[in-house]
Amino acid sequence: MKTGSLYLYLLVMAGVTYLIRMLPFTLFRRKITSRFVLSALHYIPYAVLATMTVPAVFTSTGNSVTAAAGFVAALVLSLFKRSLTEVALAAAAVAYVVSLLL
Amino acid sequence: MDQYGYKNGLRDGLPIGLGYLSVSFGFAIWAVKQGLPGWFLILLSGTNLTSAGQVAGVTIITAAGMLTEMALTQLVINLRYALMSITLTQKLDSGFSTWKRLIASFFVTDEIFAVASTRERLVSFPYMMGLGTLPWIGWTLGTALGFFAGALLPPAFSAALGIAIYGMFIAILVPGAMGDRGVVMAICISIIAGLILRYVPLFSFLSEGFIIIISALIGAIITAAVRPIPEKGEVTDP
Repeated sequence: MKTGSLYLYLLVMAGVTYLIRMLPFTLFRRKITSRFVLSALHYIPYAVLATMTVPAVFTSTGNSVTAAAGFVAALVLSLFKRSLTEVALAAAAVAYVVSLLL
Repeated sequence: MDQYGYKNGLRDGLPIGLGYLSVSFGFAIWAVKQGLPGWFLILLSGTNLTSAGQVAGVTIITAAGMLTEMALTQLVINLRYALMSITLTQKLDSGFSTWKRLIASFFVTDEIFAVASTRERLVSFPYMMGLGTLPWIGWTLGTALGFFAGALLPPAFSAALGIAIYGMFIAILVPGAMGDRGVVMAICISIIAGLILRYVPLFSFLSEGFIIIISALIGAIITAAVRPIPEKGEVTDP
């Protein structure tokens, strides 16, 4: 990976992400009224996270068995509404323990 | 009415900062395995302050994706921040001038938004800066620690930590889906769309960034048409 192209990627990522936050925060003076647009905006974060998580989570540890175990652990803890940190660390801990057993 | 000040913001931001520290630790370990240098990851976390966007970004970089693809992906994935920013503007105090907005808007993340928007009082500039301080430190420091410690950890340990970032995603998805059938529907449709785009040979020309954008938009738009959110449309779920 060329260092120069890494800087370009960094610039695009930081720039786009900042503009998305800054422009509405600075310029917006009224409320969105389109129910359809509001609905789509409401669903987009979940849709994005879902398609990023499945199937990538199952290859995230380099072993599909340990990854599946961590995935199930994360699902169960999430059902009990544990914090982001707890769920993230528990998934890793379960994947680690299972990898020792294999 | 008294506003919360910088110290109040620091206090409210502490749990967020601790959470970010551990998640970005996992992010760094995962990203190093994708072959990216530590200095880049620390800069990335310090300037982006977002988990899903950074994971998608690293994925695109390792696939040598186009810059337009990168920009579009960041736009779609982080579009939720625009909605949060708009929502927050309704709560800013009168001292929040334009240049203060230019600075404070950098700190709009899911968790910071959730805290700021649920305070009883108006949001002041010092409070927003206090609220953003520890999460920013935690996110950037955690990335650095993950990079340095990742090399020292046993391989089995760092392999297992690769799942941490997805664990965090699941911890956002599942509670969001509970009691909201629309969210369940959006999740299911976008996963199915994503699987089709990834595994049907017809679509093999699509890169990972575009697959994320297209499948998420399909899921969100179909769901918005079939199950629009209630009419009095205040977003309560970041």
